[in-house]
Amino acid sequence: MELKASARTALYLLLFAMAALWLFPVLWIVLSSFKTNNDLYSFPPRFWPEPFTFEHFTAAFEKGNFGRYFINSAIVTVSSTILLLLINSMAGFALAKYQFTGATVLLVGFVSTLMVPLEVIMIPIFKVLSVLGLFNTLLALIIPPAATPTGVFLLRQYLLTVPEELLEAARMDGASEWRIYSRIILPICKPILAVLAIFSFMWRWDDFLWPLIGISDPSLYTIQLALSNFIGEYNVDWGSLLAMSVITMIPVLVVFILFQRQFVSGMVTSGMK
Amino acid sequence: MAVPASALKARRVRKPGQTKTWIPYLFVLPNLLIFTTFIVIPMVIGFIYSFHEYDGLNPMEFVGFGNYTEIFANDEFWSALARTALYALIVVPAICCLSLAVAMMLIQPIRCKGLFRSIFYWPTMISYIIVGLTWKWIFGDFGVFNYLMTLLGMEPLHFLSDSFYANVSVIIATIWSRLGFYMVIFMAGLQAIPNDYYEAARLDGASKPRVFLTITLPLLKPTTVLVVMLTLIEAFKAYPLLFALTGGGPGQDTTYIVQYIYETGFAKQELGMASAMSVILFVLISMFTALQFKLSKGGSD
Repeated sequence: MELKASARTALYLLLFAMAALWLFPVLWIVLSSFKTNNDLYSFPPRFWPEPFTFEHFTAAFEKGNFGRYFINSAIVTVSSTILLLLINSMAGFALAKYQFTGATVLLVGFVSTLMVPLEVIMIPIFKVLSVLGLFNTLLALIIPPAATPTGVFLLRQYLLTVPEELLEAARMDGASEWRIYSRIILPICKPILAVLAIFSFMWRWDDFLWPLIGISDPSLYTIQLALSNFIGEYNVDWGSLLAMSVITMIPVLVVFILFQRQFVSGMVTSGMK
Repeated sequence: MAVPASALKARRVRKPGQTKTWIPYLFVLPNLLIFTTFIVIPMVIGFIYSFHEYDGLNPMEFVGFGNYTEIFANDEFWSALARTALYALIVVPAICCLSLAVAMMLIQPIRCKGLFRSIFYWPTMISYIIVGLTWKWIFGDFGVFNYLMTLLGMEPLHFLSDSFYANVSVIIATIWSRLGFYMVIFMAGLQAIPNDYYEAARLDGASKPRVFLTITLPLLKPTTVLVVMLTLIEAFKAYPLLFALTGGGPGQDTTYIVQYIYETGFAKQELGMASAMSVILFVLISMFTALQFKLSKGGSD
């Protein structure tokens, strides 16, 4: 579609204005985290930190136990993502490539759990975690969310396109079903597993509800839980809070930059259809 | 539907032999086990709880529909629900229209498309807690927003301690953080519309608004339905962002339904009551989803 010059200019102006609005909040947070306490609360607020200081970052690690929360979040994110890729690809493989009694029921069952908001079953989940002895362990944040229906569904759809002949040939050669899965299916799934890994990384790193239900011991807090706990108190230490927020955004930013194409363009051209 | 077709295809080709029929079950087992333990069983337990009085420590006491009748007389529950509904009523159309508008702008042949897409998409990657904190900082008494107000010669406002402005803040933060996600979905939908339609319309000399109303909107309907459904469900589940931005205050003015249920269950230790509320919320969300589904099907043929 061709645009007239005037329409084009208007479009750019509008986009720039909106983009500025969308960028500003994050920029403000990042810049504020480098301000001294005096600067932080000065009114009128100053946009640029003067002088630049890293004191909030060091304070967050020294006093705020932030290193601990960061490690907890890293453990949860990495292990849950690995577990998710493994068990979702196994289930997706079975549902795509085998005809067995209950397959359709299972698929519909998995997908329909997407409709159940975690928020409405959080109280019984808490009970289940306690009964299983998972309450107050990082396992409570790693295992349950790994069986995501989204992953199973995406992998099944992806694997439906893999020709049966490939598997049959392997079976002729006497390969076991597990071998077929690990040597043929997994390598084929690489692209979709990469997309899922990115999603899982984001979900777990940013998660609030599972940690809220599963953890009460402060030494096991994830970053999100620690941040929320900071706000709950009366004297908000904005300096540390801003610094912690900024550090917390970095891993997601890195993933975003690395996989930007898959994220935005990929979702546009293929992923969401 | 894709399911029966693929099932047929699988039936034709499979022949791993009868001795191996247990193998697919083994592959599904880990997922199934986790699903059952953490989704299915909790749903059943929640339903059972909802008919009991239970504080989590002492034995449960069966009260029949007691919790439900009590909820129907509970003004706090209904006002929390009403606040959530009002929030949804504003946020859902706002996000739908804005993200569609941005998506339409960003599928035009313009420069820096990728950069703009990234800028709008970026907030969706930030956790709700940090989104909440960010806007809390901006709307704070010493925040930028109040500074801008004074620049314009207006009195600084206590955004987060005034009922109306606290809700406005919540709405702004929600739109800011979710727009990018739905923008991407709309872009996918827009690009799926065959170009021939637009070509034909242009040959007929149709005006831009007319093309939008008679081609884009109708063909975009499946995408729009999906977006409305997702934003609506999201709106009814809103909690972490609110928690970080306003904490549900001032008073209970931004306490929406999920936070209210959470507080009833965990702070007041009324697990039975909170479970009954969850059942009601679940029924509401399912009703919306079913309604949407029905409406979209009715319109497609």
